[in-house]
Amino acid sequence: MQNLKRFSQNYGAVLGLVILGLIIAMALAAPLLFPGNPWRTVAMPLLRPMENPDFLLGTDMLGRDIAAGIAHGAKVSLLIGVVSTLVAVLIGVSIGALAGFYGGRVDDLLMRFTEFFQIIPAFAMAVVLVAIFSPNIVSITLAIAVVSWPGVARLVRAEFLSLREREFVQAAIVIGQSGPRIIMTQVLPNAISPIIVTASLMVATAILTESALSFLGLGDRNMMSWGFMIGAARTMLREAWWMSFFPGLAILLAVLAINLIGEGINDLMNPHLRGRKK
Amino acid sequence: MLSFTLQRIGKAVVVIIGVIILNFLLIKLAPGDPAAILAGEAGSGDPQYLENLRAQFGLDRPVPVQLWNYLSGVLTGDLGFSYRNQVPVLSLILERLPATLLLTGAAFAFSLATGVLFGVMAARYRGSALDSIITTLALVFYATPLFWIALMSVLLFSINLGWLPPFDMETIGAGYTGWRRALDIAHHLILPAVTLGLFYTAVYTRLTRASMLEVMGLDFVKTARAKGVPNKRIIRRHVLRNAVLPVFTFASMQAGQLVGGAILTETVFAWPGIGRLMFDALMQRDYPVLLGVFLVTAIVVVIVNFIADLLYRIVDPRIGIA
Repeated sequence: MQNLKRFSQNYGAVLGLVILGLIIAMALAAPLLFPGNPWRTVAMPLLRPMENPDFLLGTDMLGRDIAAGIAHGAKVSLLIGVVSTLVAVLIGVSIGALAGFYGGRVDDLLMRFTEFFQIIPAFAMAVVLVAIFSPNIVSITLAIAVVSWPGVARLVRAEFLSLREREFVQAAIVIGQSGPRIIMTQVLPNAISPIIVTASLMVATAILTESALSFLGLGDRNMMSWGFMIGAARTMLREAWWMSFFPGLAILLAVLAINLIGEGINDLMNPHLRGRKK
Repeated sequence: MLSFTLQRIGKAVVVIIGVIILNFLLIKLAPGDPAAILAGEAGSGDPQYLENLRAQFGLDRPVPVQLWNYLSGVLTGDLGFSYRNQVPVLSLILERLPATLLLTGAAFAFSLATGVLFGVMAARYRGSALDSIITTLALVFYATPLFWIALMSVLLFSINLGWLPPFDMETIGAGYTGWRRALDIAHHLILPAVTLGLFYTAVYTRLTRASMLEVMGLDFVKTARAKGVPNKRIIRRHVLRNAVLPVFTFASMQAGQLVGGAILTETVFAWPGIGRLMFDALMQRDYPVLLGVFLVTAIVVVIVNFIADLLYRIVDPRIGIA
């Protein structure tokens, strides 16, 4: 309760929650607000925003409703952002926990592996992965997960390294609990808050990466997405600025909202950092 | 220092070989005929060529032999042949690499300089309107897609205001030479470099501000203040010098990621670098070029990290050679 109150005093985080809430509502309401396929031609091509009250954000060169595209695209961005982050956290926590808890040679090996993935340029690798495994929602989600787990692994390893030496973990070892059990029931619950903070910020990065991939034409062909809309509008910039302006604004707002929430959670979970901002 | 350098070179080589093996695995794991991928899907029409490729890489032989063939091929500079462009992939990439290095170098310098400057200003006037403006802008640019910023600045500065050229690296057909040409390229460089760098400007601003505030709370700063050192001097000599180190560490790790961002920037601005090459290869399903660019990008990143590592030890002698 007190946490809730503290969170509500962080205006940025509250603003983020409101924006994100609106975007989620838009994603859910898309089939009602804009029934039918967003790829369908519904009006004259290249209607300017406000020109026709039925198509407030205008239409593209094929007469598709920009507003419908944005509403339907919200689903893809949020879905890929959340699912790829979950997968990345799963990989990162597994590797980080094993490395940090067992240490020694296991740690060495796993950290070399992690470093390798950290050095190679993330976005270029995501592009290659999606291109080779043909763009669809699964390959995009997995590619983003594959390039974003190393940060989690390092974080979890550091947490485990320090928690491992604490008395309650030593006690668990002494009473004979098995390694996996100690990891799951003793150490992991105590390392959860930094993981949550990182994960919430990772969702924002994942949405940016997804939009960049679909901007390059590496999106799922069956699903409308914000990045795709901007990519398609690239060559029409001179004639129809609204085609790329509004989807970009949608990405900006979604990512900004999630970052604000992530920072709010961070302030909440790291009380010793509190007040440093003021 | 020598043993440290050698150790780092060893590490860099391991990473590069790792990327080559990764490329090989991708070719093997990808759905479809590996020979078709090596040829690029565009080239799959020529059965004779595919037969040659199969023989060259021994695709009917055991996997370790194939890996060895691929590895030794790449290590001797054979990145394959671009069927589409009818040139070896390596020469295609080397021809484009300088443009990308120029763009990313300029973006890096821009983002580091402006990021540190804004971060110092925000920390120096903490809580003021200036601080609020800087931190808000940093937050916004941190959340803005790079390619969108690029498109919007073309819209504003090229199409509406007509100040800066929207495409290419130099005026085509102008035939400038010497300084005139350098100026022309610089003029074309402004938009791509700034839009590529803005995201990192936001990152470095936030980092510098946090780091400055941290150092400003330390005892030696209080001592300096008590001694009566002027505020400007405290900020510049005492705080900044200590606060900027973590920023450099982070920047050196991030420098390589700029090359990834260059794919997007070069696509928007038709900048003739390897990022644009990668985009064209995507469009044409020219997989040898795609994998080649990925490998070269990784090598550039490894080299940049290596140099940053060495420089860092010169900047901060306290760091042990571990």
